[in-house]
Amino acid sequence: MAVSVDEAVSAGPGRDHTPSRRRRGGRGRSVLEVALLTVLAVVMLFPVLWMIETSIKENRDVYAIPAKFFDFKVTLDHFKDVFAGSGGGRSALSVSFLNSVVVAGVSTALATVLGVPAAWAYSRFSVKAKKDQLFFILSTRFMPPVVVVIPIFLMYRQLGLIDNKLGLILIYTAFNVPFTIWMMKGFVDEVPAEYEDAAMLDGYTRLQAFWKFTLPLLLPGIAATAVFALIFSWNEFVFAIFLTSSDSVRTAPPAIAGLIGGTTIDWGLVAAASVVFALPVLVFAYLVRKHLVAGVTLGAVRR
Amino acid sequence: MSESAPLTIDQPGQVASATPPAPGRSRRLSDRWLAGAFISPALLLLLAMSVFPLLWALYLSFTDYSATRGGPAHFVWFENYTAILTSAQVHLRALTTLIYVVGAVALQTTLGFSIAYLISRRTHGRGVLTTLFLVPMMLSPVVVGLFWRFMLDAQFGVINSMLGSLGLGQVEWLTRQGTALLSLIVVDTWQWTPFIMLIALAGLTAVPKYLYEAASIDRASEWFRFRTITLPLVWPLLLIAVLFRAIEAFRLFDLVYILTSGGPGVSTETLSFHVYKVAFLGFNTGTASAYGILMVLIVLVLTQLYLRYLNKLKED
Repeated sequence: MAVSVDEAVSAGPGRDHTPSRRRRGGRGRSVLEVALLTVLAVVMLFPVLWMIETSIKENRDVYAIPAKFFDFKVTLDHFKDVFAGSGGGRSALSVSFLNSVVVAGVSTALATVLGVPAAWAYSRFSVKAKKDQLFFILSTRFMPPVVVVIPIFLMYRQLGLIDNKLGLILIYTAFNVPFTIWMMKGFVDEVPAEYEDAAMLDGYTRLQAFWKFTLPLLLPGIAATAVFALIFSWNEFVFAIFLTSSDSVRTAPPAIAGLIGGTTIDWGLVAAASVVFALPVLVFAYLVRKHLVAGVTLGAVRR
Repeated sequence: MSESAPLTIDQPGQVASATPPAPGRSRRLSDRWLAGAFISPALLLLLAMSVFPLLWALYLSFTDYSATRGGPAHFVWFENYTAILTSAQVHLRALTTLIYVVGAVALQTTLGFSIAYLISRRTHGRGVLTTLFLVPMMLSPVVVGLFWRFMLDAQFGVINSMLGSLGLGQVEWLTRQGTALLSLIVVDTWQWTPFIMLIALAGLTAVPKYLYEAASIDRASEWFRFRTITLPLVWPLLLIAVLFRAIEAFRLFDLVYILTSGGPGVSTETLSFHVYKVAFLGFNTGTASAYGILMVLIVLVLTQLYLRYLNKLKED
């Protein structure tokens, strides 16, 4: 059954050729539907467009009343402010972007290394109480972050992991492992176990069979899964704001949120920082669009 | 296998035929060992980072421990739990959460399904449309929260500006008791309608075409076809999406934190946000832990429900 965006494109409904077309008002209804879709698309996309527009507006136009939609002066100053500090050198925001890259990258790599073999084992072997284990794994992912962060905070305080990138990496890994296992189990299930059986008949051990024959076939799935894990860690906010505080450790989401702390808010800067922050996510999401349904349901829905 | 053909076929075959019975037994043993070696690192991490903290929270929930006061924790048994379950404050937050979850999920389900239905009836441009509609979902709640805060700003927000040019009055979206919760619901709906749309679309495109063809031969009305073919076939998948969103909405924190910080007054304080206040502003760690454990129980029940429907869907 079709689930991906691409398939949604190709699989035409073929209903337009049925007698419904011949019915009275069929065309009028079709026009109405297109109009409705257009309006909905504009409403859904307007905030994104407005954000991009604000990021390139001069400050005077950002705060203009009534709002200026078209006749504003274009400037790239806000983007310059995102990266360059006021006294030269790097800004606190750009440091936070680098921290985000490190934290999201390392935690994704760790989650992949831990999760992919586990997913393979769950798919291939009869493990005791497999369903219960998988339920347990998924339910750790559904825990409310605000609740988990209380004992984690106390734990990290004992271990000296507060305001430490390692602390964030560990908790993000723990949140991405369940996702990786669920998502990858689906991909492993799609690779016939017979490949490994055949390789083992040829004298390879089970481990070699996994490494040499199954793993290469799983690579596209691993890439897609890693991209989703990367997006989750990149966007995460709750743990980041409670477990880190200094500029040198903070990731981008709390840093961007920190821009609205003062008495006056530089919305142009907020918009530019948001655009810079969101752009890689959108690019990555576009790359894995085929697996979006599985990705956003934590690998649960896939048919 | 890209190696030269004769080598790979000859040699391993000889190895396998030389010792036929032995590999069977040792393979099964090593399989179990391999499964353990592959699964346990992941499980150990989850035990250390999820289970252990929750057990610690469970222990703290029976004490009067405070993270700032320090000192030893005294056992108070179920005092924290009774305090929370009988607190009028908590009841109010539970009601706010209920309104928020039901309102947001109902709104995004209706909208998301409608958009998916409209898109599924198009023959052209479905890929582009779907991709465009999906953008809000991929954004971080921080970006979404901040940006809507700017757009809903009473003074120079673009929403009020548009209302003004239509000749309508200005609305203090985020600073009025009545509208703040509504704004929260609207923003959450904006971000997550694409999620429902995506899954509904998956269900809609999976409906076999011959069913519609058969129905149109029988001259069934459009509404009849929708009610008897489309909805029953898409419903199970839609239900999964709805439950998923309900869990997510229940544990939502970041959007509230950024958009309203629970205000004005306590009108947008959800349970998640209240836990945060008790734990990090009131520093009643014991009470907050009990509060958190109760929330975890609700999430577990919802997750169980979600998985049950998921299994049902997979079995069909």
